[in-house]
Amino acid sequence: MIRLDCVTKRYGNFTAVRELSLHVPAGEVFGFLGPNGAGKTTTLRMLAGILRPTSGSIHIGGMDLLANGTEARRILGFIPDRPFVYEKLTGWEYLRFVAGLYGLWKGEDATLENRAMELLGLFDLDDWRHELVESYSHGMRQKLIVAAAFLHRPRVMVVDEPMVGLDPKSARILKDLFREYARRGNTILVSTHTLAVAESMCDRVGIVQAGTMRACGTMDELRTDAVTAGDGLEEIFLRLTGERPSRELAEVLDA
Amino acid sequence: MPDAVRDRGVASTAALVPAGVLHLLGPKLRTMRNRMRSRSRGSAVRAVVLLVLALSFGGGAFVGLRRVLWHFRTADLDLGPVLAGKLLGMVLLSFLAILLLSNVVAALSTCFLAKDLDLIVGSPHDWKRLYAAKLVETLAHSSWMVALLCVPLFAAYGDVYDGGLWFAPFAVAILLPYFIIPAVVGLAVTLLLVNIAPARRARDILAFVLVLAVGALVLLVRLARPERLIRPEGFTDFMDFVEALSAPSAPWLPSEWAQQALMGWLRWNDQPMSIVALWAMAIAFVVGGALLHRWLYLRGFSRAQEGMRREARSFATTRVPLLLRWLPPLRRELVLKEFRVFARDASQWSQLILLGVLVVVYVFNVKLLPIKDDDGVGWFLRNMVPFFNLALGGFILASIAARFVLPTVSLEGRTWWLLRSSPMDPRELLWAKYWTGAIPLLVLALILAAATNALLGVEPFVFYVSVMTITMLALALPALALCVGTFFPHFESESAAQIPTSFGGLLFMLAAIVLVGVVIVLEARPVFAWLRHQAFGRPLDVPEVVMGFAVAGAVCVAATLLPLMAATRRLRALER
Repeated sequence: MIRLDCVTKRYGNFTAVRELSLHVPAGEVFGFLGPNGAGKTTTLRMLAGILRPTSGSIHIGGMDLLANGTEARRILGFIPDRPFVYEKLTGWEYLRFVAGLYGLWKGEDATLENRAMELLGLFDLDDWRHELVESYSHGMRQKLIVAAAFLHRPRVMVVDEPMVGLDPKSARILKDLFREYARRGNTILVSTHTLAVAESMCDRVGIVQAGTMRACGTMDELRTDAVTAGDGLEEIFLRLTGERPSRELAEVLDA
Repeated sequence: MPDAVRDRGVASTAALVPAGVLHLLGPKLRTMRNRMRSRSRGSAVRAVVLLVLALSFGGGAFVGLRRVLWHFRTADLDLGPVLAGKLLGMVLLSFLAILLLSNVVAALSTCFLAKDLDLIVGSPHDWKRLYAAKLVETLAHSSWMVALLCVPLFAAYGDVYDGGLWFAPFAVAILLPYFIIPAVVGLAVTLLLVNIAPARRARDILAFVLVLAVGALVLLVRLARPERLIRPEGFTDFMDFVEALSAPSAPWLPSEWAQQALMGWLRWNDQPMSIVALWAMAIAFVVGGALLHRWLYLRGFSRAQEGMRREARSFATTRVPLLLRWLPPLRRELVLKEFRVFARDASQWSQLILLGVLVVVYVFNVKLLPIKDDDGVGWFLRNMVPFFNLALGGFILASIAARFVLPTVSLEGRTWWLLRSSPMDPRELLWAKYWTGAIPLLVLALILAAATNALLGVEPFVFYVSVMTITMLALALPALALCVGTFFPHFESESAAQIPTSFGGLLFMLAAIVLVGVVIVLEARPVFAWLRHQAFGRPLDVPEVVMGFAVAGAVCVAATLLPLMAATRRLRALER
């Protein structure tokens, strides 16, 4: 469902993503992990069609994102890490606008309105739907863009840091939503720093560092890669990306 | 935590000294320095263009003012300095009003909305130093442009009245308290307002009040016809002129004290009381403002952080969607979004009031044109001048396009992720932005052309030519603005008001002036030929007339389509 072949992204002399290849089949939740500045967000923004790769190709649902971008975007949903939305629209107007972008809102449409209401209700936003977004908290904005992303029933969902700013209840709902959504044959690629979430939610995990895939596989495969046995994802992540000795931390605090 | 670590933490906290004023201002100063040092593509060209424009404007203002002051000085030895003082007083009073307004706006940002405030207010700061830092920052933000405008003003006064070398430092010593006073007032007004209404609402209220005040000021100054002071012969008798001069001044305002002190220096008639009053008021205001800050700032800052539910059930929500039902769904939603975002942003729509004032001033100017005689020359001028008057109309349209159309692409910066990850073609976005900008501009242009032509009583031919020309310009200018706005975007800009004064804004204004100039030059020959034919019976070369209009039309069509095509290509390739 998602396929990246030798994708490279350069900003001038700096290479953010280097010959990255990845295949995520339908029905899978794939976790995309890595330290800050590893190239995760750049990769996700290329997948969403916002950035163009310098070289390589990206296929969404079998469609080349560069050659057939409009059709590929129709089956794609994107949730960015920072929930920037139009502050002067209400939550309801925002959903309507997003529906219009995907060609869904063609006038009075009871089915679509019901779906929008259900999505808002899922995240306790139904009472706020006629309020301007400028009065929403960070978490409420995050929930609004999640609701909007599901509106057009995308077959592929690209998600950057979904849990930031969410309360425990909403985080749990979102986790269950992603799992159930994948179970129905859809694909989710999610980047997160919350390793416990990745461990419990993802079928496979890729760890990217300095723009290249450091390791990729199921939890068991990663344990083999990191030459550990029985460790959690945090230990595997630190071992693969380079951990800082606790002795060194104490020295910093004592300095 | 090990004891050693805990002890060190306690010891270092006890030794903390609150940051000084310069330290608090440090990030702003360094940001400015780093911005000036950064060498991006084309930055040298930008710097040169800005410098040339600034020097041209400053030089022009100096030369014009110097001529007026020489006129005063040589026309009448007694009345000349009075007139010069009166003019300086009017300018300083206008500057004071501008400073007051801009300080209130700047104070809201620097004291309550700036992104670094959480860090600063959360640190163990000293209230006096924080107040001083915010006062300096607000003053610098709001006063730099007025300070720059003062350079040609005082240079002209110093030159004409032989102020000498020490006039410059003296003027600085007078201007310092003159700038401090409105900055303190601006901070205090903002402080009080934020303690009454939350900052976000306060910004809307302020935007509305400020624009209303600026509009009233412009209208009052224009309707007072200050140009009559330069032409005393325009008054019916001398007493009328003296009466105009002795119109109530502002004896209790710092602008009057500054004027008295400066004219006193220039006329070798020292005014120590004015200088003392100016500085005493500034010091008293700073002390009072600091105490108010101590009393209200943290309370206001806390209120500014509070969210407020803002329901939006209005014309924008209910009626407009019905009016746009005939549009395809995507275009309708894009236009609706543009309309709602504009209508709900008070800082945007309130400028329409200013626009209204500009239009009234424009029509008023046309009404005052002294070309109403119906003899041969009068008829010729009456029909020719409105045609050239199109240049001014085109300039007004360009200013409006710079303010409202140019920033629209930049304002999508933060939501670009949504638009770009959707299947929408960026051409649709440009379409919505173009028409939501072009239609109001076209309506305004037609009102302007019709009103001015009716006031002047022009021939139908001239009427149709000017209406057609202004229509073509009203369609071309928003396309040009969108194109420049797409090629020189300011995606991180939080306010649309900052974008027209950017490099892209200047570039657009230059391009717009060139376009208006080219179109008028192309049409001037056929119009002139037709008027000569009508007034003096000269033969009319019809192919030449047709060719002139056809080329002008082709230029306008090209200036509409080519920029839109370029902007579409650019937007499709845009990454952020």
